[in-house]
Amino acid sequence: MQGILTAHHDAINSTPNSANSPYAPDSRIRNNAAPPAWLITMDAAVTTNATTRPAVKPELVCPAGSLRALQMAVDAGADAVYLGLKDATNARNFAGLNFDDTQVRAGVAYAHARGARVLMALNTFADARDTRPWFGAVDTAATMGADALIVADTAVMAYCRDHHPKLRLHLSVQASATSYEAIEFYRRHYGIQRAVLPRVLTLSQVAHLARLSMVDIEVFGFGSLCVMVEGRCALSSYVTGQSPNNAGVCSPPSAVRWQHTPSGVDARLNGVLIDHYGPDEPRGYPTLCKGRFDVAGERGYAIEEPTSLNTLAILPELISIGVKAIKIEGRQRSPSYVEQVTKVWRTAIDSACAAPQRYSVQPAWSATLTRFAEGQQHTLGAYDRPWR
Amino acid sequence: MTGRGAESPQNMTAPDSLPGRLALTVSAVQYHWPRQVMLDFYDEMAESPADTIVLGEAVCFRRRELKLSDWLALARDLATAGKEVVLVTRTLIESEADLRTVRRLTEQHEFLIEAGDASALQLLPDKTPFVLGPHLNIYNRAALAEHAALGATRWVAPAELSLSMLALINPPDDPVPTITGAAMQTEAFAFGRLPLAISARCFTARHHRLNKDECEFRCLDYPDGLLLSSSEGLPFLVLNGTQTQSAAQHCLISDATALRAAGVSRLRLSPCAQRFGEALDWFDRVMNQGVPATQALPALQAMSLPGGLSNGYAHNRPGMNWTDP
Repeated sequence: MQGILTAHHDAINSTPNSANSPYAPDSRIRNNAAPPAWLITMDAAVTTNATTRPAVKPELVCPAGSLRALQMAVDAGADAVYLGLKDATNARNFAGLNFDDTQVRAGVAYAHARGARVLMALNTFADARDTRPWFGAVDTAATMGADALIVADTAVMAYCRDHHPKLRLHLSVQASATSYEAIEFYRRHYGIQRAVLPRVLTLSQVAHLARLSMVDIEVFGFGSLCVMVEGRCALSSYVTGQSPNNAGVCSPPSAVRWQHTPSGVDARLNGVLIDHYGPDEPRGYPTLCKGRFDVAGERGYAIEEPTSLNTLAILPELISIGVKAIKIEGRQRSPSYVEQVTKVWRTAIDSACAAPQRYSVQPAWSATLTRFAEGQQHTLGAYDRPWR
Repeated sequence: MTGRGAESPQNMTAPDSLPGRLALTVSAVQYHWPRQVMLDFYDEMAESPADTIVLGEAVCFRRRELKLSDWLALARDLATAGKEVVLVTRTLIESEADLRTVRRLTEQHEFLIEAGDASALQLLPDKTPFVLGPHLNIYNRAALAEHAALGATRWVAPAELSLSMLALINPPDDPVPTITGAAMQTEAFAFGRLPLAISARCFTARHHRLNKDECEFRCLDYPDGLLLSSSEGLPFLVLNGTQTQSAAQHCLISDATALRAAGVSRLRLSPCAQRFGEALDWFDRVMNQGVPATQALPALQAMSLPGGLSNGYAHNRPGMNWTDP
């Protein structure tokens, strides 16, 4: 068997950060110690309240679609912010969003002066017609002093490995790694030091994976919910020609048309009716998996309701199973969203770590998050088994 | 590329005017068909013009009408019938049980593996020849070269890539070399409902208000998936358990010249419940025997599922579009 039992022999032990840095490599990477056999063979039934490792306060990773949002996230207590450049090299390639080189430099300076880290999302797949913007973005990240790159494309990872071996790599959710073996593949070949998990695993599956993974695990805590495995969804390009993988967008605004009709408003995506709202119904953005469709004569949200992921309720469990970072989705959202959501999560993480037994979700936190949630609804998503 | 696509000499029926056979691959059945239906289907495939048959459950871990031992027995039968057999690993790996299945597949050495995700890439012994499944997200030449270094010999391109992109990623006049120095083969999705997305959620169970864990295997009732239409009645998508497909059947019957020019040496056809053998025959006749596509197209249109035919992806347009030849 070739798996994590043997894979460490050819591991890339890049250790770009000093041992006392928050980004010092995990001892599991350095000491080459294979996990015990019982860990390999046990099944997904993992307790979520007792681990042998002491719980570590997870890093709060917040979205920055603009310099203003970055500053508000840092001021509100983000441990790290993530941002992308103004092009198709990242998965929030929307007009008016993201950073040019000057703004990246200013953002890094602002964050670093306040002890926060900057992660650059370079998480789309390099376009075969011209891969230079992706490799150029790697160079930019290195020059500007980004603390890590969030990557999905093996071509980009190989470029980092070959040209910037000290640059810290986080495996993007767009790389669709849902098992510790998949994550190990990217560690073994490209030296990734953290993996962001797709929003499809149950809590016990995340716990099992986190115990067996040789790298840190980051999960989504709050924000818009992809019901599909990230990096494995071409619904948007089927309708519009553009998808997260090929253009860094889903259900792009350029393809959206709102049409007023006698009975309300139609929301169309490249002509396809995604939803129809009555005159008094609240309207959502027509993300195509969150539309209302007919299946066997029944009209409804056949794929997913417009709802946001919210894991505040299971935060102590996420911490106890060893999740090292919690990500807030929403680079496309307003600076005010970033500020308010960051404040809630800063308080919640501090509270869960200070006294896990006394932790409870405060009504004020929920009220704030509900205000910013899609469709004003929350779900635990895949963490909660019945959702599946 | 003359001669490079001629992988099955016994099937070399192409007239001299055609530049090498476009090999035909039958993808793994994406639906949950009863055991006997599945066995009958592969009996038919054994007699078909297909060069390669991909076997295994690619979609949902709960579907077990055939066990791994059944798949292996079927694989041996099809190999005896002269087919190249490829075993597929699942696209979404969630549990230790899922990984055990991947390990059992990657540890056997009888048949080629089609890697469904990076777990399979990690578990395949180094330098073993294998097939890159369509969900591995190879979007440029450098990424394909990275996977060639692992041992990959064949690349099933992501369905959303256009033919012009395939030509850039693995050019016919300068193909990505495999570790033996041979040319990487490009396989393009050429017929069938497109596998557009995969989720942990089962949409078929959800439609029936059942939990996935107690799904009652309702997908057995939908041999071509459960149709989802827009509120205006446009057949749009198909719910197939945890997979979402296009309602339209992708169809590149009219694109033989463009496929060859893009360096494609193999075509992938995804099974449907009715008349799949006829579709396969049409592809063989048009691609390899010089029958004009104009004869085949009306027949394929007539037998298409609700949703009709599409070819947009191949032509750098939205996947749901149809461009007349």
